[in-house]
Amino acid sequence: MPEKTIESFTVQRLDILDEKGIADESLMPSLSDEDIKRMYELIVLSRTFDQRALNLQREGRLGAYPSLLGQEASQIGSAFACEKSDWVFPSFREMGVYITLGYPPHMLYQYWAGDERGLKISDNVTIFPLCVPVGTQIPHAVGAAIAAKYRGDKIGIVTYFGDGGTSKGDFHEGFNMAGVFRLPVVFICQNNQWAISVPREKQTASKTLAQKAFAYGFEGVQVDGNDIFSVYKATKDALEKAKRGDGPTFIECFTYRMSDHTTSDDATKYRSKEEVDAWKQKDPILRLRLFMEKKGLWTEQYQKDIEEQSTLIIDEAVKEAESIKPPHPEEMFAYTYEKLTPRQIKQMKGF
Amino acid sequence: MPKVNMVQAINLALKEEMQRDKSVVILGEDVGKDGGVFRITEGLIEQFGTERVMDTPLSESGIVGAAVGMAIYGLKPVAEIQFMGFIYPTIDQLFSHAARIRSRSRGRFTCPIVVRTPYGAGIKALELHSESTEALFCHMPGIKVVVPSSPYNAKGLLISSIRDPDPVIFLESTRLYRLIKEDVSEEEYTLPLGSARIVQEGKDVTLIAWGSMLHRVLQSVEGVDAEVIDLMTLSPFDEETVYKSVKKTGRVVIVHEAPKTCGFGAELSASIAEEAMLYLKAPILRVTGYDVVMPLPKFEDYYMPSVERIRKAIEEVMKY
Ligand SMILES: Cc1ncc(C[n+]2csc(CCOP(=O)(O)OP(=O)(O)O)c2C)c(N)n1
Ligand SMILES: [Mg+2]
Repeated sequence: MPEKTIESFTVQRLDILDEKGIADESLMPSLSDEDIKRMYELIVLSRTFDQRALNLQREGRLGAYPSLLGQEASQIGSAFACEKSDWVFPSFREMGVYITLGYPPHMLYQYWAGDERGLKISDNVTIFPLCVPVGTQIPHAVGAAIAAKYRGDKIGIVTYFGDGGTSKGDFHEGFNMAGVFRLPVVFICQNNQWAISVPREKQTASKTLAQKAFAYGFEGVQVDGNDIFSVYKATKDALEKAKRGDGPTFIECFTYRMSDHTTSDDATKYRSKEEVDAWKQKDPILRLRLFMEKKGLWTEQYQKDIEEQSTLIIDEAVKEAESIKPPHPEEMFAYTYEKLTPRQIKQMKGF
Repeated sequence: MPKVNMVQAINLALKEEMQRDKSVVILGEDVGKDGGVFRITEGLIEQFGTERVMDTPLSESGIVGAAVGMAIYGLKPVAEIQFMGFIYPTIDQLFSHAARIRSRSRGRFTCPIVVRTPYGAGIKALELHSESTEALFCHMPGIKVVVPSSPYNAKGLLISSIRDPDPVIFLESTRLYRLIKEDVSEEEYTLPLGSARIVQEGKDVTLIAWGSMLHRVLQSVEGVDAEVIDLMTLSPFDEETVYKSVKKTGRVVIVHEAPKTCGFGAELSASIAEEAMLYLKAPILRVTGYDVVMPLPKFEDYYMPSVERIRKAIEEVMKY
């Protein structure tokens, strides 16, 4: 009997807004001018937050901090597609996602300054505390999706991870289960080309990360992760698909980590200036600004206004974060279990 | 009252809790149609459907990771890991997440999951099917560790574990599954976590054990005025009951099947030394498995604390 092809797949790549700010109108998602301005303002706010965090870290006012520089379109574009009721399970670099979902910036500074209380998420924000062990948040999104489905809640669950995260067992186990149970999950990988010093091609021999989804029985797409419209559209479509009951989607946002891995890292040790410079041309803010300018949505004055506004918000956030009284040592014990154990009560007497 | 074994008692606990509370769901390998490899979940998929009794892919870390996500969303998942030797891939999810979600979110999120797993030797099983590594889990704050020793307390403790707002590792001795039958009420009852049980009172020596070793201890104390404590919850353990007994008897023998070094007996001995040293008449002795990799069945009888070894330890402390 002749051999035959029993399965094949093709990986789609979505590009809408190019580096010159020209959008493919046939692919443009429906976004009002106000939406686009809001997206732009969130990018500027996130970048202002980020730059300030780096400064504060240098002054010893924050601990180690992972910058999101260069990944703003991936983060804000995807989070912008979420509805209030959707649930988000981030990794550790998603400050742009937090800010887009309305998380108070002062609490993020509080957290990065080493105060757990910064991650006490208020009841009306459906984002989970950030996840330090790489990739381990992926099964949580899957479990939350099982629960949402069981409860009959028509929501989507979004989880974020990096290119490095795709090498972890939890990525595999989470993807596999999401495929088997056809769960309403949107998996978003910010492929920023580096996992600390390990380049993307040393992470996996796959040509794309997106194609990994096909092995688990669902669709993966690659999008230009520096194009906020592509990211938004892919996420929006995937969330709608999830809510229709048509299962999970994997979105690989092809982007770049412009900054060091964290403030403790020196990326010049392992990557070239030429590479970084080439990506500078692809800056997600730059192209959105050019697009808006053509549409009459951007002026120098507007830029000045929103920069001022962002600075004001961030100044306020820093002030608020730094005026919070340090926690009482007893608070260290308070959230181990619902109730203190007899031994903890004894230990607390030391304070 | 019906006489049932531990398998039936655990099944009953699961069934009652699932009837009572729609947020209780079960997930694991072969737990549905097959009723689990030990038949603990038999009949539950028929009664509660595939939405509440989920046959998952072969994916331990995924099972516990998903259970964490389910718990965050408000369900009360009971995950089964087929054998304790296969729980190790879940330690990342248990230690990095389940144990600390309450702390990390300052109480905004909690993780009320139960991870049930058969543990221990005595059924002539394959490699990694006889593990008893309970102490690993006792070292991690934020997790509770419960080990029932009989059908009656298995049911009461499992119901409490399911209702507990924090993650619980629930260890079921494979040797005990079908060894003893006991009256177990079909009425609802619970046993509090963190409380030990004095199985028999005595004046001369305190024996501390849990799970299947409790029964070996009971076989070893004939002719001795021994107080026997069934710890039932290892973390957090019932310090008060232990110290009170030790202060009365002045002699302690701790028995567990896990290796000696850093076994839970080490924690007990150190705690007793701190709290009741001046009441002791003899050194604290531990009768335990040896510091070897858990052997296959041919060595099992040498490895496990035997009645003879326990008796010898009792004789030893009684010399003082
Ligand atoms: C399980 C685990 N291993 C190692 C680390 C240390 N670490 C932190 S981030 C990182 C690289 C992550 O790369 P990627 O997933 O691509 O995310 P990115 O940092 O690029 O956002 C490593 C190795 C960790 N946090 N967790
Ligand atoms: Mg990366």
